[in-house]
Amino acid sequence: MIKKDIKITNELGIHARPAGMIANTSARFVCDLKLIKDRMEVNAKSIMGVMTLAAGKGAVITIVAHGADEVQALEAVSKLFREKFDEE
Amino acid sequence: MLIKKGIAASLGIAIGKVHIVKEENILIEQKDIPKDKIKAEIKRFKEALDKTRLDLDAIRAKVLNVLGKQHAKLIDAHHMILQDPLITKEVPKLVAARGINAEFALSEILDKAEEEFEKIDDEFFHERKHDLFDVGKKILSNLVNREKVDLKDLQDPVVIVAHNLYPSDTLHIRESNKVLGFCMDLGSKSSHTAIFAQSMGIPAVVGLSDISRQLVSGDTIIVDGEQGMVIISPTPEIIEKYKVRKEELHKQEHFFLRLKGLPATTRDGHKISLLCNVDSAEDSGELVGIKSEGVGLFRTEFLYMNRDSVPTEEEQVKFYSTVAKAVPHFPVTIRTADIGGDRATQLGIKGLKDERNPFMGFRGIRLFIKYPELLKTQLKAIYKSNTEGNIKIMIPMLSSVDELITVKKIAQDVRTELMEEGFAAKADPEFGIMIEIPAAAIILDSLLGEIDFVSIGTNDLVQYTLAVDRINQYVSELYEPFHPAVLRLINLVVQTAHKKGKPVSVCGEMASDPYAIPVLVGLGVDILSVPIKMYLRSKYAVRTMNFEKFSALSQRLLGLATAAEIRRTIEEEMK
Repeated sequence: MIKKDIKITNELGIHARPAGMIANTSARFVCDLKLIKDRMEVNAKSIMGVMTLAAGKGAVITIVAHGADEVQALEAVSKLFREKFDEE
Repeated sequence: MLIKKGIAASLGIAIGKVHIVKEENILIEQKDIPKDKIKAEIKRFKEALDKTRLDLDAIRAKVLNVLGKQHAKLIDAHHMILQDPLITKEVPKLVAARGINAEFALSEILDKAEEEFEKIDDEFFHERKHDLFDVGKKILSNLVNREKVDLKDLQDPVVIVAHNLYPSDTLHIRESNKVLGFCMDLGSKSSHTAIFAQSMGIPAVVGLSDISRQLVSGDTIIVDGEQGMVIISPTPEIIEKYKVRKEELHKQEHFFLRLKGLPATTRDGHKISLLCNVDSAEDSGELVGIKSEGVGLFRTEFLYMNRDSVPTEEEQVKFYSTVAKAVPHFPVTIRTADIGGDRATQLGIKGLKDERNPFMGFRGIRLFIKYPELLKTQLKAIYKSNTEGNIKIMIPMLSSVDELITVKKIAQDVRTELMEEGFAAKADPEFGIMIEIPAAAIILDSLLGEIDFVSIGTNDLVQYTLAVDRINQYVSELYEPFHPAVLRLINLVVQTAHKKGKPVSVCGEMASDPYAIPVLVGLGVDILSVPIKMYLRSKYAVRTMNFEKFSALSQRLLGLATAAEIRRTIEEEMK
């Protein structure tokens, strides 16, 4: 199991579209992927779960990956955050 | 026999059989699914998901076409919700584990998710639950077989009774030609359906609270659009009485016909322009038939309804030209499309319907400034249609100088483009704005330099001045065109515009109210624009009033404190 803390830097936070991107990307991997914020834990593959995190700009989220392709999965999801979900 | 009082939304009397239009609300019942049927139930659920996926694809194509990529991405998020394990995995699991129907399982899962969303303090995220329920509703509606009657396919003449009718329903009513009248639980005199009924000359009573639940299809009903009431299961005597009354009204209409072609001049020789509201090219025949002096409000929203794509320039040119050519010697005032608000969902612009407060939201020129291509196409079509030189352009929902400057800049760009294309404009159309937002009335002096005329849309002006949502049944009683604030604002607009020599028209529902007409004319309004069906009646009201008398009276009304006093004073004067 590996994990990583990441800060949300895009203006709008994780609204529907970024949540969709996270769920979409996570679904490509076989490992378990979780997002944790303020002791709340959700399945990163569930767009609704991700949205209920209510993570706005500046919030810090822990990504937890566990399974065969956990390294790639963690990197792929963090990349979305880093690139601010292609927000314009 | 039972009499129910509502709001008179459109004049006339209709006697006929009730046809109930069912609401689309889906009632979810729990059903037990036997063990051997579980597999079939899950299969049914998966099929509903597939169907929803196709629906979303169709919507996405539409949104992409109308609003562009960013908004289409929102639909992509809806696709994601559809693929969410919470739906694809948890629902079948619940169906199998508890032996319940898919609808119920889905609604339970959605309820649980809603609870999660309710816990969120941040309003922005809190509101995201609508995305979820939008998708949930779509799946549910594909699971449940709804009894959706197509109003287009009505066989016999009926009185439509509904909880609420939507713009698309009214479009079907127009096509079916089988609707004698209609009644609604919701609504006010100025809701979309009422305006529609007035323009079609269909008697209507709205705001009847629960009539759609009290009646069943086939009941006999009288719709009294004169007094704003309905009579359920009337006695033969009452029916007879109403038939006589209907005949009288018919005769009155006949009497009004004699006013055709006569000027709209008061008894003491004050002339105003009396124009018509038009919302379809099909109205041009009638426009000519009643010898109207032109069009004061050409609503173009209908062009954007019930379709998959934005109307092309060519389509629009055809639409506007038909009307402009029908009355070549009279003005035709085209209002750029006021899509949004209560109409937005029906206009092919999906994905915007979850606005929390659409009336205060993304509509009219606000929407067109954000999507300038929509405005450009419409303006281009309007310029090209102006072969007779009688077209004027009017901008809805304007609230600031900035917006006006932006719109004028876009209009200038369009004209430049047209010139580059080698198109020779016949005449530069006059440019005006709607006064619907109180802010526009208050800063009118700063706007006048950029415009040629103003038109007061009283329905919205009343709504925004009094902060009353006209289709909200809890506050619709507070909707009061004779509120002193409204009269004073109208007076302010007239005074300000006249100082700069710019004409003022009124095109809301007040313009055809027999009690409001003398007051508006008395305040100095130059133009009234009314539904075609109200044209001759309104002319009668103008021709029987005394301008001097009502000028003086109107000034007195401005000093009164309550709507009740104002109404009483007008009524006394008109006795």
